[in-house]
Amino acid sequence: MRTRIAYIASNTFREAVRDRVLYNLIAFALLLSGAAILVGQISIEIEKLVVINLGLTAVSLFGVVIAIFIGIGLVSKEIEKRTLYTVLSRPVRRWEFIVGKFFGLAGTLVVNTFFMAIGVFAALFYVSHKFVRADALILVALYFIILEFLIICSLTLLFSSFSSPLLSAVFAFSLFVIGSFAEDLRNFAGMATGITHWLVTGVAYLVPNFSAFNVITSVAHEQPVAGQLILQNTLYALFYATMALSGAVLIFDRRDLK
Amino acid sequence: MPAIEILGLEKTYSVGFWRKRQKRALLPLQLTVEDGEIFGFLGPNGAGKTTTLKLLMGLVFPTAGSARILGHEWTEPSVKAQIGFLPEQPYFYDYLTAHELLEYYGQLSGVPARQRKQRVEQVLEKVGLRDVQGVQLRKFSKGMLQRVGIGQAILHDPKLVFFDEPMSGLDPMGRREVRDLMEQLKHEGKTVFFSTHILSDAEALCDRVAIIHKGELRGVGAIEDLTSSVQGKVEVVWQGTQVPASVKALGAECHVTGDRVRAIIAENQQDAMIDVLRRERQRLTAITPVRTSLEAYFVEKLKRAETTAGTTA
Repeated sequence: MRTRIAYIASNTFREAVRDRVLYNLIAFALLLSGAAILVGQISIEIEKLVVINLGLTAVSLFGVVIAIFIGIGLVSKEIEKRTLYTVLSRPVRRWEFIVGKFFGLAGTLVVNTFFMAIGVFAALFYVSHKFVRADALILVALYFIILEFLIICSLTLLFSSFSSPLLSAVFAFSLFVIGSFAEDLRNFAGMATGITHWLVTGVAYLVPNFSAFNVITSVAHEQPVAGQLILQNTLYALFYATMALSGAVLIFDRRDLK
Repeated sequence: MPAIEILGLEKTYSVGFWRKRQKRALLPLQLTVEDGEIFGFLGPNGAGKTTTLKLLMGLVFPTAGSARILGHEWTEPSVKAQIGFLPEQPYFYDYLTAHELLEYYGQLSGVPARQRKQRVEQVLEKVGLRDVQGVQLRKFSKGMLQRVGIGQAILHDPKLVFFDEPMSGLDPMGRREVRDLMEQLKHEGKTVFFSTHILSDAEALCDRVAIIHKGELRGVGAIEDLTSSVQGKVEVVWQGTQVPASVKALGAECHVTGDRVRAIIAENQQDAMIDVLRRERQRLTAITPVRTSLEAYFVEKLKRAETTAGTTA
């Protein structure tokens, strides 16, 4: 069982690599090196702040775009092209297929993030010529970004299990945007009254709270991240991703592959 | 023990977006396929052949009914390790090479690592793709993809193989090779269940066939038994250049070529025809039985189905 999931995950990763998904790293490297050189020339004292902010935001956005654009096709493309027929006619359970796809996509994003992180640290070294202890906080921000990716991967798989790639992309991107403002939504719910209060509170807690994962600004200002937040975010991401994946499995398990 | 027992499997789809309609793709199907036979599942396009195969593969879920494969419930995952499946017009991960694809499917089928490498090599040799095993599938022709499809279906040495339109897209040589392969599988003691609408393939290969039309089973049995149930015809040949009116009156289908007339008539009209030719003083040359082909049986079954449907309506 575990090996079948691993085989499906590794094939998903191989597909991403061969479809030149990791080519985005070139664009990322160009963006970051260009920015590092530019800020080195125009900003005084805050070069490091700008590079960390820009670098981590780019890591997050590139990853989200990749997660959505690969994730939306993971199941629907296999159904449409009928590649799934020869997989599911083997001793592979449907849930194993979904979980394997999830790990394959998550693995792709982790590798992608690893290379982009090297780029961020290289740009940082270029502008400040040294590393300090507080730079390790960047690793926490990167960890949160990866947790964010896990949620997005599971959501795109959930949408991909029942809708077309285009609709899945729209749903996933909308949730990403709404989730990024989840804290504001919760504040608004606190101010609202009556049915609006309950409605907005429900939505605020249902959508993924991506704003809790965004520590880029505080990391750039060398402010420490609380251990409790790391634990909370880890548990929240694992819980949310598990729920979304379970939903994907439940839907896919009952779906006719016409 | 039968290789396949289909026990009333049926499938109804809901179609339409707002106003859902029910579309019956397969009416309750009862069918048994014996161990070690090549079984042809025949029917025109849209008859329900692929739906039946998808139901057996667990790709779609039945509205009712069940099946047993190799003596087990068809939904048991362990059964799938013993069956191979080639879908209609297969499409594979085109970023993989033929070797990588077979390796991947070997992994999913649970072929032990030690045997896998050897098995992949053997299958590539068998389907004639050894020389192009390192080429990505996106560069393969339709015929080559069909060979890959056959390769992946037999890779894990299954006891039962399902082929959905296996000759589709193949040139005459390719079709011949697939026929040979299917016969070879039979000699190895495997059961082959294949769907086709090309009747000559079924006639050349199958021990038994089933005919399906509009989701309903219309006939099942050995080809000889099925074709013998269709009323036979005979060809009567005599010397002459004209067809007497009394011959036409018997309903004969006549053709004049040179100084010979050939007439095809129903077997039960043969004596009457001979009497007519004697009376007309024609010189009889030959009377030959016309072998009823599977095609004739097939067409008759479909016509009968259409007539029944028309009468009911």
